[in-house]
Amino acid sequence: MSEVLINQILLAFMLVIAIGVLYQRNLFAAAMLMSIYSLLAAALFVVLDAVDVAFTEAAVGAGISIILALGTLALTCGEQKPRPVLATGPLLVVLLTGGMLIYGTLDMPYYGDPEAAAHTGVASRYLQDSANEVGPPNVVTSVLASYRGYDTLGETVVIFAAGIGVFALMGRGRRKATRKVK
Amino acid sequence: MEALGLYNYWLVIALMMTGFYIVITSPNLVKKIIGLNIFQASVFILYISMGKVAGGSAPILADQVTLYSNPLPHVLILTAIVVGVATTAMGLSLVVRIYAAYGSMEEDDIEVMDRSETDG
Repeated sequence: MSEVLINQILLAFMLVIAIGVLYQRNLFAAAMLMSIYSLLAAALFVVLDAVDVAFTEAAVGAGISIILALGTLALTCGEQKPRPVLATGPLLVVLLTGGMLIYGTLDMPYYGDPEAAAHTGVASRYLQDSANEVGPPNVVTSVLASYRGYDTLGETVVIFAAGIGVFALMGRGRRKATRKVK
Repeated sequence: MEALGLYNYWLVIALMMTGFYIVITSPNLVKKIIGLNIFQASVFILYISMGKVAGGSAPILADQVTLYSNPLPHVLILTAIVVGVATTAMGLSLVVRIYAAYGSMEEDDIEVMDRSETDG
C-alpha cells in the first residue's frame, strides 16, 4: 500500500514539474526541469522494480539529454518569446485524446495484478529458464542480450544513424567556416 | 485498493497529455523537444507500471525470492530510452541548423520569413 502511495506522490511531483515546464519561458530553466523530471522518473522506476531502467533513465534521460539541451541553448538563445500559454483548440484536442486514453484503460488489469495478460506469456518462461539457458542472474540482461538480441542490434543501428545525422548536420557549418579562413 | 487500481495509469495519462500539450502549443522548437521528452518519459512509466507485480521483486534471480516483476517491459523500455536520446540529439541539431539559417527558433517567425521569401 505504501508503495502505491510513494508512486502517486512521485507522479504528482512530476505533474507539477511538467506544468512548470509549460509555464516556464526561460529555456535554461525548462531544460533543468526536464532533467529533474527524468530523475523523478528514475526514482519511480526503482519503486516499480525496474532497476536497470532506472539506471539508464538517470544516466541517459537526466544526464545526456540535459547536456544536449544545454549545448543547443549555448549555440542558440535561451529565452522564449512571451506568449499566452492557454489556447482553446489545442486544449480541446489534448482533453479529447486524454479522455480516449482513459477510456482505453478502463478494461486494463489493475496495477500490480499478478494475473495480468502481460505476465502470463513469454515473461514467465524468461524468469524460469534464463538462468540455465543464458546464465546471468539478471533476467533483464539475459533478455536484452540474448532472447531479444536483434532488438538491441536495431537500437545500435538507430544510434549509429542518429550519430551520422548529427555529424552531417553540425559538421557542415564548421567546414564552411574553415574554408572562409583560408 | 481496488478503486485505486487504475489511478496510477490515469496520472500517467495526465503527464502524457501535459507533454503533448507542450509539443502542440509551444512555438519554440527547443521547448517542443523538451515537451516531447516529457511525453516520452511518461509513456515509459506507463509500460513499466504494467510490468509491476504486487509484492514482486526486481527481476534479478536470487534463492530467497519467489515472485518477480515482469522483465519484458524493462527490456523494451531500455531500448526505447536510448532511441529517445538519439532522436532528441537529432532534433536538437536540426534546431541549431535552423537557428543558424533563420536567426530564430520560434516557429511562427520562421513561417513569416519563409512566406516573405516565396512572395518576394
